[in-house]
Amino acid sequence: MALKAQLSMVINLDKCIGCHTCSITCKNTWTNREGTEYMWWNNVETKPGIGYPKRWEDQNKYRGGWKLENGQLKLRLGGKLFEYINIFHNPYLPTIDDYYEPWDYDYENLFKAKESKFQPVARPKSAITGEYMDKIQWGPNWEDDLAGSPEYMLKDPNIDSELEKEITLEFEKTFFYYLPRLCNHCLNAACMAACPSGAIYKREEDGIVLVDQEVCRGWRFCISSCPYKKVYFNWHTQKAEKCIFCYPRIEAGLPTVCSETCVGRIRYIGVIFYDIDKVKEAASEPDEAKLVEAQLKLFYDPNDEATVKEAEKAGIRYDWIEAAKRSPTYKLIKEFGVALPLHPEYRTLPMVWYVPPLSPILQTMTKHGYSEYEIFPAIDEMRIPIKYLAKMFAGGNEQLVRNILKKLLVMRMYMRAKQLGREDKFNQNLLKEVGLTPQMVEEMYRLLAVAKYNERFVIPTTTKEKYENVYREQGLTGYDYIPPCDFCNPQQG
Amino acid sequence: MLAYVSKLDFLLWVALPYAVITIFILGHIYRYLTDGFSWTSKSSELLEKNMLRIGSMAFHYGILMVLIGHFIGLIIPKSWHEAFGLNDHLYHLIAVVGGLLSGLFALFGLIVLTYRRFSVKRVLAASSLGDKVVLGVLLLVVILGLLATLSNIGGQFDYRTTIAPWLRGILTLRPDPTLMQDVPVLFKLHILAVMLLLAIWPFTRLVHVLSVPIAFIWRTPIIFRQRCPERD
Repeated sequence: MALKAQLSMVINLDKCIGCHTCSITCKNTWTNREGTEYMWWNNVETKPGIGYPKRWEDQNKYRGGWKLENGQLKLRLGGKLFEYINIFHNPYLPTIDDYYEPWDYDYENLFKAKESKFQPVARPKSAITGEYMDKIQWGPNWEDDLAGSPEYMLKDPNIDSELEKEITLEFEKTFFYYLPRLCNHCLNAACMAACPSGAIYKREEDGIVLVDQEVCRGWRFCISSCPYKKVYFNWHTQKAEKCIFCYPRIEAGLPTVCSETCVGRIRYIGVIFYDIDKVKEAASEPDEAKLVEAQLKLFYDPNDEATVKEAEKAGIRYDWIEAAKRSPTYKLIKEFGVALPLHPEYRTLPMVWYVPPLSPILQTMTKHGYSEYEIFPAIDEMRIPIKYLAKMFAGGNEQLVRNILKKLLVMRMYMRAKQLGREDKFNQNLLKEVGLTPQMVEEMYRLLAVAKYNERFVIPTTTKEKYENVYREQGLTGYDYIPPCDFCNPQQG
Repeated sequence: MLAYVSKLDFLLWVALPYAVITIFILGHIYRYLTDGFSWTSKSSELLEKNMLRIGSMAFHYGILMVLIGHFIGLIIPKSWHEAFGLNDHLYHLIAVVGGLLSGLFALFGLIVLTYRRFSVKRVLAASSLGDKVVLGVLLLVVILGLLATLSNIGGQFDYRTTIAPWLRGILTLRPDPTLMQDVPVLFKLHILAVMLLLAIWPFTRLVHVLSVPIAFIWRTPIIFRQRCPERD
């Protein structure tokens, strides 16, 4: 056994309102440079929908992630020989049109246009070529809130012909939810395995996955191989870029920008200890429906004495062990078991997990409120089909999703009973059935509903003073390729 | 021996090659140390994929075959060819047919790539001056090489007893410019074009050739790196 510390995130989809604040603040911080205009290291998709880039979940097209071949874990993209042969042209690389052609508007015209019969307009201008674009055909969140359905919605790769029959677009029965996505900082990252230059690496201390910009040679296989399409190609610097988990903030003990600015406070960041020796075994689990379980087995309870000893043996620092003990993500993922990874069947063992969303019950059985005997069957009557959620978050394992939704419902019922002073009348069998105690339910409720900043983000700092002169280096780290702004240079007045 | 060589010959076939080799080596080191961030294959596949598929594949595979041919013809001595039972006629046949085929393949790719770079607006917008110059110089080198081969289709001129020993002399620090005196002009122009290419090489996208990912063969799939090598 060899324990490693990994920073992980949990996103509570039940509370995501799809406001895109996370995407915007991320963009303003990291991808407002030339060549990165089309990149959204964090984006929020409406599901069902085809997403960004278009149909990113269609691995027959993009060949992302891993597959099992005779029990052996192989990149779906192909082996090393495939990469050498196709290094001059990667047949599975998406093009800019699979994302969208980035544009800006010619606002200057609004000020400088001469007097004319018609109002001046700000025409869209391509951010790549600088030319006017006559008609914008696709852009970020083009299909937000199911816009354009059913044209786009039914092209969602998670919807097969069987599910399509169940999904109806009748207004009363239609459903959607939001899916914020960022790099998953996987334990078994496929982008890393596919990089010919060895430029992508995991940080020993916190597991953040980074692209070394000095080592990347632009061979582009990471972009195909990441099944989440969260590695992007900067067309200006011609190198790969991706979410850096805001490591400069993380090192200072601050949450990522997307988490910090989330208005719904739906994100959690914390340390998780996992056994690196068993990662390959977990990713090679033959049954897709058991992959979540296999990944959960990698995580060790930080409040167990044996785990602490192992962590100390592995050289994990004291404050990291203390942080792990209070980790909100460990609690949500393993202790309460209410979170799931996105598409575990890609076998990358992602470390951003999601609390699946509840949705309104379809039938009118709720006239007098739920009776406690009706509540569990009712889960299958929710608008978002369990089958759809299971395809996204559980490798098709519907029971996993059902169990979590039950826990979330029982929590609500218990807390309601408590609020009304009726907890002694609450049917304890319901708690037993979902494997929770009243104490756990209250802790879970606190974490999901009222947790403060310090409870949602438990991030130990990096001790930089050990290896660098922090005072001298201030202001010297970050992207150094940003061209100087020629109109805001104070020396030019 | 050098006493019988004209100043121009000395300049072109001794001084210039060493100057070019110096620029090539020091240029790479300088760029690697000072601007590793710009060291990339400069792929534009994200912006255009279909023409790239034809052009890039044809050019790269063509030029790789051309390079193998040059290695066999110029670096491996003629005596070795003969030891393998390759007589003049057979060698020339293989060299001309193989050389022309792979050269034309590379030229075709280059033409597609050049057309693509200038006709696809997105690609043009993402092109630097260096990218365009490189295409021009490569075209020059390949066309001159093909013309030289075509001019010598009968095999009257044997570069294996002239250019090849001259090149090996340069590489082993025993330069002999007299070997180049009677070389036909097309061959000379081809060599000069190659020297131009090598001289601009370290300052263009061509640096990616030195980054052929060899360590990839034995590398583990998952890489860990320490944020900080801790000092003891």
